[in-house]
Amino acid sequence: MATSRPYTLILGVIGADVHVIGITILAHALREAGFNVVNLGIMVSQEEFIAAAIEVDADALLVSSLYGHGEIDAEGLRDHCREAGIGDILMYLGGNLVVGKHDFKEVESKFRDMGFDRVFPPGTLPDDVLAWLNSDLASRAARVEETP
Amino acid sequence: MWALLCDFGSTFTKTRAVDLGTGEVIAAAQAPTTARSDLSEGLGRAISALDVEASGEPAVRLACSSAAGGLGMVAIGLTPTLTGEAARQAALGAGAKLLRSYSHRLTRADVAELEQLAADIVLLAGGTDGGESTIILGNARMLAASALSAVIVYAGNRQCADDAAEVLRAHGKHVEVVENVLPELGVLNIEPTREIIRQMFMRHIVHAKGLDGVQARFADVVMPTPMAVLEGAKLLAEGMARRVGWGDLIVVDVGGATTDVHSVAEGTPSQPGVVWKGLPQSRVKRTVEGDLGIRINASTIAERLRGDRKWRHHLEGLEESWIDEQAASLARTVERLPASAAERSFDAGLAAAAVDIAVSRHAGRIERYWGPDGAVRVQRGKDLSSVRSIVGTGGIFAHSEDAAGVLRAALYRSDEPDVLRPRDPRLFLDSEYAMASAGLLARAYPESALMLLERTLKETA
Repeated sequence: MATSRPYTLILGVIGADVHVIGITILAHALREAGFNVVNLGIMVSQEEFIAAAIEVDADALLVSSLYGHGEIDAEGLRDHCREAGIGDILMYLGGNLVVGKHDFKEVESKFRDMGFDRVFPPGTLPDDVLAWLNSDLASRAARVEETP
Repeated sequence: MWALLCDFGSTFTKTRAVDLGTGEVIAAAQAPTTARSDLSEGLGRAISALDVEASGEPAVRLACSSAAGGLGMVAIGLTPTLTGEAARQAALGAGAKLLRSYSHRLTRADVAELEQLAADIVLLAGGTDGGESTIILGNARMLAASALSAVIVYAGNRQCADDAAEVLRAHGKHVEVVENVLPELGVLNIEPTREIIRQMFMRHIVHAKGLDGVQARFADVVMPTPMAVLEGAKLLAEGMARRVGWGDLIVVDVGGATTDVHSVAEGTPSQPGVVWKGLPQSRVKRTVEGDLGIRINASTIAERLRGDRKWRHHLEGLEESWIDEQAASLARTVERLPASAAERSFDAGLAAAAVDIAVSRHAGRIERYWGPDGAVRVQRGKDLSSVRSIVGTGGIFAHSEDAAGVLRAALYRSDEPDVLRPRDPRLFLDSEYAMASAGLLARAYPESALMLLERTLKETA
């Protein structure tokens, strides 16, 4: 890792969603991998994600949505982060993001347009998330070092 | 063995002689609080009015004070909902009068305002341990460069505590560093801050307020009065090794300038399937309603009485113009006691409305969200529905014929089913102002303090 302290990640299930299993497993796996994990649990509002990220000086927001309302719940999150002064934070989204059968490519591009850096389909394993995190955080750290 | 206990109020100085063996109040007296220049004059008068000559010298002399503006504090946090709220809870829990709170980066205008506020203590929080550090360091620099003379208590991110303290000390500020009020998200840690505030009050603020003359001649001023009430409430709820406490309870203190609510309860959800959200709640929690003083804010409370069907009967038979005049006159002469039946009824109405609103704000509430799986219920704040006792303290509970009715205003309301107020508690009146006295005794003489409360709190239907 490029920094002397472990990266801090904020995890949570957004909106009125109470599906707790996935986030718990992911939190466990990321902690095992050496990350400083702050798991906000279920039913987390955008405001709670942002306030938590500011207080702990988080490196990434990992947002979960399992009940099909992801689009409504996550809309505007990137702009709200910008307003709060943490517009550059790395943002991931995963879960059952829309209701019904859709081509995941469409779903992915919709949420990428909303400002998420990575979008994960149902069935993603913690190791995949871990690999992306390591690579994204490392390239961000390198970018920061290049900046004079 | 007896204790001399004094309470400097803004209008009256009250003294009590309490038998430490039995908890009995041997004598009680009060005198108007004298001018700021010499508080000891009023105290001297109140003490000489005490009829304790036969009992010899007291074993201990302790005092609390809310005179000379009380303990004025400013709380600074990073985000308003997290470290900002934690700092506010810590300041209020220490018995402070919260003059103002700030979040995020302090501006030059904020600092100018801060200098004007003349707080006794400024509480600086922000960031969890290992979390955000640039904003709190920037705020420390702003405070360092200011003309502020207050004691600064640093209770923020411990990673940058040394740097913050260094820059403040380099500018001649008095800074005390304690554990973070929010060391990690979901962990509220306000006790170390409360304790350092109490020590600063004892060592420095008492002197700054000119109470040290009193200190030398009569009694040690050990804490602000609201903290004494909170300490009394905590002891009564928790008890001690040899005496079982009363369990979860609420103390409502209706005053002329504010209405305070103190709760000692975990407040965890009592209903199944409820998700608890928001900043963790302090088990011992105090809230202060600065718009619900039944003298200073009589006019605004009267408006509320007019608008609420439940309390409107307190205004029955009273002329609209009389109400307006009476409310205005109460705000001008705060020490005034009601003289006629109409004034007494109006006073009880004001107090009932103040209790109703203050307890409603203090208590947690249930919100419903509709998802694909039906309603999800979320609790924010403390569930106080199964609290076992409510104690009313303050002049209205000593003087009013309808004191029980005023205290009942704290109870669950069927028209606000989502507000988690007590449903079936026992009601007690503190007509002798024993809560603060017990709080003063709580550390050194807990058993005497408990006996004092058990003797003096009167149950009412």
